[in-house]
Amino acid sequence: MRKNEMLAMLLAGGQGSRLGVLTRKVAKPAVSFGGRYRIIDFPLSNCINSGVNTVGVLTQYQPLRLNQHIGIGIPWDLDRKNGGVTILAPHVKGGGDSGEWFMGTANAIYQNIDYIDNNNPEYVLILSGDHIYKMDYSDMLREHKETGAAATIAVLEVTMEEASRFGIMNTNPDGSIYEFEEKPANPKSNLASMGIYIFTWDRLRDALIEDNEIHPDSDFGKHIIPKMLDEGQKLQSYRFQGYWKDVGTIESYWESNMELIRTLPEFNLYESRWKVYTNSDHQPPAFTGVEAKVSEALISDGCEIYGEVTRSILGDEVYVGEGAIVRDSIIMGKTVIGAGAVIERCIIDERCVVGEGVQMGIGENIPNERKPGIYDSGITVLGDHTTIPANVKIGKNCVAYGKTVESDYPNGVLVSGKSIVKEGK
Amino acid sequence: MKAIGVILAGGNNKGRLGQLTENRAAAALPIASSYRAIDFVLSNMSNSGIGKVAVLTQYNSRSLRDHLTSSKWWDFGRKQGGLFVFTPYISSTESNWFRGTADSIYQNISYLLRSTEEYVVVTSGDAIYKIDYSKVINQHVESGADITVVYKKMEDNLRNFGIMEMNEAGRMIGFEEKPEQAKTNCASLGMYVISRTLLIDLLTQGVPEGKYDWVGDYICENKDTLQIYGYEFEGYWSTISTGIIAYYKTNMDFLKKEVRNPFINEYPYIETKAKDEPPAKYNVGADVRGSIVGSGTIFNGVVESSVIFRKVFVGEGASVKHSIIMEGTTIGKGCKIEYAILDKDVVVSDGKDVIGTLDYPVVLKKGTVI
Repeated sequence: MRKNEMLAMLLAGGQGSRLGVLTRKVAKPAVSFGGRYRIIDFPLSNCINSGVNTVGVLTQYQPLRLNQHIGIGIPWDLDRKNGGVTILAPHVKGGGDSGEWFMGTANAIYQNIDYIDNNNPEYVLILSGDHIYKMDYSDMLREHKETGAAATIAVLEVTMEEASRFGIMNTNPDGSIYEFEEKPANPKSNLASMGIYIFTWDRLRDALIEDNEIHPDSDFGKHIIPKMLDEGQKLQSYRFQGYWKDVGTIESYWESNMELIRTLPEFNLYESRWKVYTNSDHQPPAFTGVEAKVSEALISDGCEIYGEVTRSILGDEVYVGEGAIVRDSIIMGKTVIGAGAVIERCIIDERCVVGEGVQMGIGENIPNERKPGIYDSGITVLGDHTTIPANVKIGKNCVAYGKTVESDYPNGVLVSGKSIVKEGK
Repeated sequence: MKAIGVILAGGNNKGRLGQLTENRAAAALPIASSYRAIDFVLSNMSNSGIGKVAVLTQYNSRSLRDHLTSSKWWDFGRKQGGLFVFTPYISSTESNWFRGTADSIYQNISYLLRSTEEYVVVTSGDAIYKIDYSKVINQHVESGADITVVYKKMEDNLRNFGIMEMNEAGRMIGFEEKPEQAKTNCASLGMYVISRTLLIDLLTQGVPEGKYDWVGDYICENKDTLQIYGYEFEGYWSTISTGIIAYYKTNMDFLKKEVRNPFINEYPYIETKAKDEPPAKYNVGADVRGSIVGSGTIFNGVVESSVIFRKVFVGEGASVKHSIIMEGTTIGKGCKIEYAILDKDVVVSDGKDVIGTLDYPVVLKKGTVI
């Protein structure tokens, strides 16, 4: 049987509900990032750059855009005769008449034991599709083999203040883990789990099967890691140094995008040594008009800019009309900003149409009425395929979704903290 | 699939395109920030439903092969069909460079013999245009023509083209190559539709008799014996093979919306090899106007009315105007570049200037460091 040293299982089924309307129709890993990328491009590119060429992508929540994006894996060279990328969705199992959702991170792997067995790996790499980073998994595997651990967990040093927001690994001087604490109130260490694990497959396989008996919602952090520690198995930490970002909230999403436009960003997309690959159907040149003003910005292929763009990130084929002003904003692919519109501190999802003369992001900073926990950083967000009629004014922390019309805006205004969500096509 | 494609990309345009084609085929010349010349004809073929295409190349063929390493970008990677790149080869009996366009097809005649499609679309690889060949094929079938030649009514420069004379029915009754005094303004665009079996018959008879040139020995020669018809093409068409000025102008044409749009904003699009560069980055001090820009480029200075390819770096205080800057070229701080064509991987050191004129743009060849 063909042997495969390490295969990757990429958990891409999460909604990412704190990203609000951005993940209404798509799973978080399929959300755009850095202009032309989607979040999942980062772990997928890490895989192929690390020589991991068999990847199972586990999907569950709103998988359509993710499936279209990944396809048969051509952009990442994952269209292969042996291995390659496989989308693993929840399905009806033989012997039963109903299917089962993935109930937890480890349960999702448990339900795909057959896929892993078919590929016959020695090690399994568990990844999540939520993070922005570049990492050589082959170096982590080398350490895993050297220490002979049953599991190796990638950890990142965070500040002690941040530590209580993460799963924290308490380690011995040799890097082995003696305790795992999920979001501890009084953290003993500042080594946060990055949600990246390498398991020796037969060890993980046993643990998954045993734990499934007790926990139908089996989770790596809550169940599998503590179980293996209790059993006295050797768990090793792998120190990662470099840029790693969980873009979990509207504000952190906005900030980590904005970090890319610094003259010397901490996260460098422009080095050829560790390329990030993505699926873009065609790559025409961008055009900046004679009257255009663009500075401190990332402009993707096929954009047409006739107005002003400052401190902003534009996805593929965005159109910015004459006299329009876009500042401190993220505009995703194929969106049209009408002439004379003024957009400040907004996130506008793919394929939106913002009418001429619209003003967005003005007025007082009042948290969103319906979802104050999600929209409170002053950023106004438009979901994908949203239409904004000409000349209306929209405040801060607003949300609009769907084909909105003039009558949705009393006196032509959507004041700060208000939402319009139009259902249907 | 009704037709197969043959792209003639073997031409030696050395004299006319100077240093730009010293190490590359004309069909591999970079166009409009993101493309190579051959992308246009390959995309036209694919978009017209032609799934099997042969590229005949000999002059500096490496540059073209580099670009055509995979056929997937143009969707030719199919079990039925595919993209074939043919260069001259040595057999046990013969070793021949292609002696002409007809000879290059004849030397690869097994490609025609092994195909079963009824028609062949023959075209050159160094013109920039967008056409639906299936319309040409339809007219070819309806008119009952033996050969259909695509032409365009041109305003000027008729002396650079083959000029066709047609009767009222559209049948070609005269063809003059690069005439001093053109009788009509119908210029042949070097695109032909012919049935596969007729093409095989003509070449197997003609080439052994020393008839190596497709236009001279087959189109002109047979105008009375074969039914040769014209098909009028009305869109944008530009060839880059006639010289550096033509290459410069073709690129600059893409700064015009009406030229650019059909290729990049109207489906079906022109496809090219995926490069996976990050978005272009505009730093503080960037001021880019009236220009087209490829991905992965970083701007710190001023750019006006220029064609900027991928992974270009423009330093602080630099100014680039009316120029073509190819992939991977670095322009240092404070440089002034005007009316220049900087080939790939050129380095202009801080403070240096490169200045040409509209009539004589300066060309810096690949890898030049100044």
